Amino acid sequence: MLRRHRKPDALQGTLDLLVLTTLSRGPQHGYGIAGEIQTISDEVLRVEEGSLYPALHRMEHLGWITAGWQTTSNNRRARLYRITRAGQKRLDEEQAKWDRLTKAVGKVLRFA
Amino acid sequence: MGWLRRLRGSFSPTTSDLDDEVRFHLDARTDEYVRSGMTLDEARQAARRRFGSTALVGERTRDVDTFRWIHDFRRDAGYALRMLWRSPGFSILAILCLTLGIGANAAVFSWIEGILLRPYPLVVDQDRLFAVAGTNRGASGTHDVSWPDWLDLQRNSTLIESFIAEKITGTTLSIGDRAERAPGSMVSANYFDAIGVPPLLGRGFERGEDSGRGAHPVTVISYQMWQNRFHGDPAVLGKTQVLNGLPHTIVGVAPDGFYGTFVGYAFQFWVPASMQPQFDAGVYKLEDRGARWIEGYVRLKPGVTIEQAQAEMSAVASRLENDYPDTNRGRGIQLFPLWQTPFNGATSMLPALGVSLIVVIAVLLIACANVGNLLLVRAFARQQEMTIRLSIGAGRGRLVKQLLTEGVILSAFAGTGGLVVANWLRNALAVLTPPRGGVVLRFPGEIDWRVLVVSASVCLVSTLLFGLVPAMLTSRIDLAGALRSESCGLVGGRGKAWVRSTLVLVQMSLSFVLLVGAGLLIQTLQAVRNSSPGFSTQGVLTTGVDLFTAGYDTQRAKNFQDELIDRIQALGGVESVAFSRMAPFSYRSYSSAPIAVDGYDAPLDQQPTADYNEVGPGFLATMGIPLVAGREFTRADNETTPLVAVVDETMAAQFWRGADPVGRRVQVSGRWMQIVGVARTAKYRNLLETPRPFFYVPLRQNFSATTALEIRTAQGPAAIAPALVREIHALDANVAPSELITMREQVERTTASQRVSVTILVVFGGLALLLAAIGLYGVMASTVSQSARELALRMALGAGASDLLRLVLSKGLALTAGGVVLGAAAALELTRLMGYLLYKVSPRDPIAFGSAFVVITVAAAAACLVPAWRATRTDPLRALRG
Repeated sequence: MLRRHRKPDALQGTLDLLVLTTLSRGPQHGYGIAGEIQTISDEVLRVEEGSLYPALHRMEHLGWITAGWQTTSNNRRARLYRITRAGQKRLDEEQAKWDRLTKAVGKVLRFA
Repeated sequence: MGWLRRLRGSFSPTTSDLDDEVRFHLDARTDEYVRSGMTLDEARQAARRRFGSTALVGERTRDVDTFRWIHDFRRDAGYALRMLWRSPGFSILAILCLTLGIGANAAVFSWIEGILLRPYPLVVDQDRLFAVAGTNRGASGTHDVSWPDWLDLQRNSTLIESFIAEKITGTTLSIGDRAERAPGSMVSANYFDAIGVPPLLGRGFERGEDSGRGAHPVTVISYQMWQNRFHGDPAVLGKTQVLNGLPHTIVGVAPDGFYGTFVGYAFQFWVPASMQPQFDAGVYKLEDRGARWIEGYVRLKPGVTIEQAQAEMSAVASRLENDYPDTNRGRGIQLFPLWQTPFNGATSMLPALGVSLIVVIAVLLIACANVGNLLLVRAFARQQEMTIRLSIGAGRGRLVKQLLTEGVILSAFAGTGGLVVANWLRNALAVLTPPRGGVVLRFPGEIDWRVLVVSASVCLVSTLLFGLVPAMLTSRIDLAGALRSESCGLVGGRGKAWVRSTLVLVQMSLSFVLLVGAGLLIQTLQAVRNSSPGFSTQGVLTTGVDLFTAGYDTQRAKNFQDELIDRIQALGGVESVAFSRMAPFSYRSYSSAPIAVDGYDAPLDQQPTADYNEVGPGFLATMGIPLVAGREFTRADNETTPLVAVVDETMAAQFWRGADPVGRRVQVSGRWMQIVGVARTAKYRNLLETPRPFFYVPLRQNFSATTALEIRTAQGPAAIAPALVREIHALDANVAPSELITMREQVERTTASQRVSVTILVVFGGLALLLAAIGLYGVMASTVSQSARELALRMALGAGASDLLRLVLSKGLALTAGGVVLGAAAALELTRLMGYLLYKVSPRDPIAFGSAFVVITVAAAAACLVPAWRATRTDPLRALRG
């Protein structure tokens, strides 16, 4: 009952990976996560903001990340997300899977 | 422990959290755009554009919650409560329908629990308790078991934990001028230990107290007797209570709420089996293998099935048959689950409870259909709301959940109300069942956790039944279609109207079936009442005079009886009067004996037996039982003259096969008797019994001091009772007669089960009809209001009021006709199942079907009339403009 979710599609899986990677570098709010992904990917990856928050809440309920309210430097209340140990484990798994996939795709491309 | 956090999360106000979060995001993005050179307004718009629909994000975010449903339930519950509060008419009607449906079910469950499944309060492990009865090869029905057989069964069994022997008995307690019977029981010494009910005060019976002829005059009295006769005296132990003429030492008081182990009666006292002669007019049966009188129970060892125990008992019984052929030829032992106990009131209530169960389930279905209909009406009224919520991205699942929540809340209210109703109805069966022989019957309902669980399940299932249909329909809303138009027509009405019509159809057909059933049972009751018991019910009164309890010895009792007969005979208006050991149709049991007849050879493995009544001179004439041949007893048939008997026609036919038995002889329990007469076969125990051989012997030659008195007179009981008491008191001021009633009343009291069934069917059948009529009314009313435009158009085009009236009425009656056709088809099948309840009525009786048709048509017409009348009042201008 608790673990029954819709099967995450490839895209969603990628977004999860990106969010978890970002959070593994330190706590961040939703806006910051979107910005960081965009910056680090040299503006290639632009996060669909409408999908980001559902994803964050889903991961929170899965226990991969936690959230808490914090006041930012310009005195606004922001919801800050942190990665949990379960999230870190998940990230490692996803990372390995991703590496395998890209390596395989790279091989195929090179071979062709 | 992630789920704990998630659970907590589901209770946190995430909606406002998300709003704040999104607001922060938009603000931050706006700041960013402003920094890159946009104006504040441009920046805000760009940020919103980039974010997309906040409402959509909200719905999608909310959907991800694992424990969403808890949160949703809280919100939906709040929402549902507000909706219910806003339409109190709907809510009250829906809750009322369900309350009646669930309440009726819970009441019947409580009866089944309290009378059939766990009938004995305080008795432990009733699941392992089984009733024991004897069988006789070649004779139908069950018999009692003899004490020596009982002890042998006990000694030779390995699978049975305890044998609990008992026999219902009673004593006469005089209260002022009136004598009352108090039921009690003769039990084996292990009784209170074996059933697991320790006495409140004192002790139960001790080992060995159930042996020795009259050796242990001790008694355990009921809590009720302790309170009423001893005023709760804590020093009651050691005092004596006279039971059947002999003082018994009170050794214990049973706990409050314990009524013994006999369905129907609340026992007042228990004595050990050794006191049996005192309660059987001095006949000692404890060492007589041929005297069968024990009705008992066995408690199986844990894990033993009834089949295993039965096999063991049968094996022991056949060994006894070999060892004691004289007494045990053809005799077997049979175990019964408690609800089939052959020797108490359980079986007499079985048909009534069966009928009740079927009827209340039908009523619940009808109530559910009503509520489903009401919910549907509202669902369509809220179609626009639902459509809008769907279009902004609410999951269809969410809408279904929302509607189900409303159903659950409705049934939670109704379930609570239903239990209150059930609590009221708990003792309805006892109220419907008149006392017999002055003893109040006890048919209690028990509301325990099992009843609660079953009722809750009924509640839940009914919720699904009526909540899911509208929910499914609503979730399949065609967005475009729904937004385009919400009106549907009266003629050729499309859309979901068919569902509602179907529900009404089902209601009508169920009601029809119930009405037919009620009609059949009413006719059965009439037929039963009109059937002749074979004796006069008019102008014959009966009462009881218990001289044994009053301490009379045989000679004094005989003198008293003779003098009393003379005195009553001398009263004005009395035609004749007679004593008998038992009045016909009384709650006591007839004497029974093995019989033998010259020239009649029973099959080797069978032992013919017959019941008989010990009667005084003039009994047959007083009762109005015709003599076919010979004579009846006179005062000349006494202790000094040869033994005589009168047999009934059934017995004559079976044993003499058409020859005249007068002048022949019959052996009863080893004594030869001369047959002096043949009486017309009558009913002896109840109106529905099948004829079995029966005979009469003179009271003087088979004496009993505990007797019934029958008086043939044109006067009523009230007129003659004072004279009766006066004459009895003139002989002895300490003797009081029991209740004086007409034989008609006596007969009526045995039809209690039929009357209970009829009452229940009529009451619930009426309720079902009312609910169905409400359902029909609801459908017609909403159809009329939804098709106001069409009606207006028809009016504008020249249709008159009578046309519209006909239009609406014909639609309503078409539904009813459909229901009647379906119902009649179902009833033709279902009433066959009632066969064993019916008496002299065919299950396809046209009168029952015809009257059900008339009743349902009238009810349907009444239900349609108001909406039809309203249709004619449609204001064409306003309806068309609006």
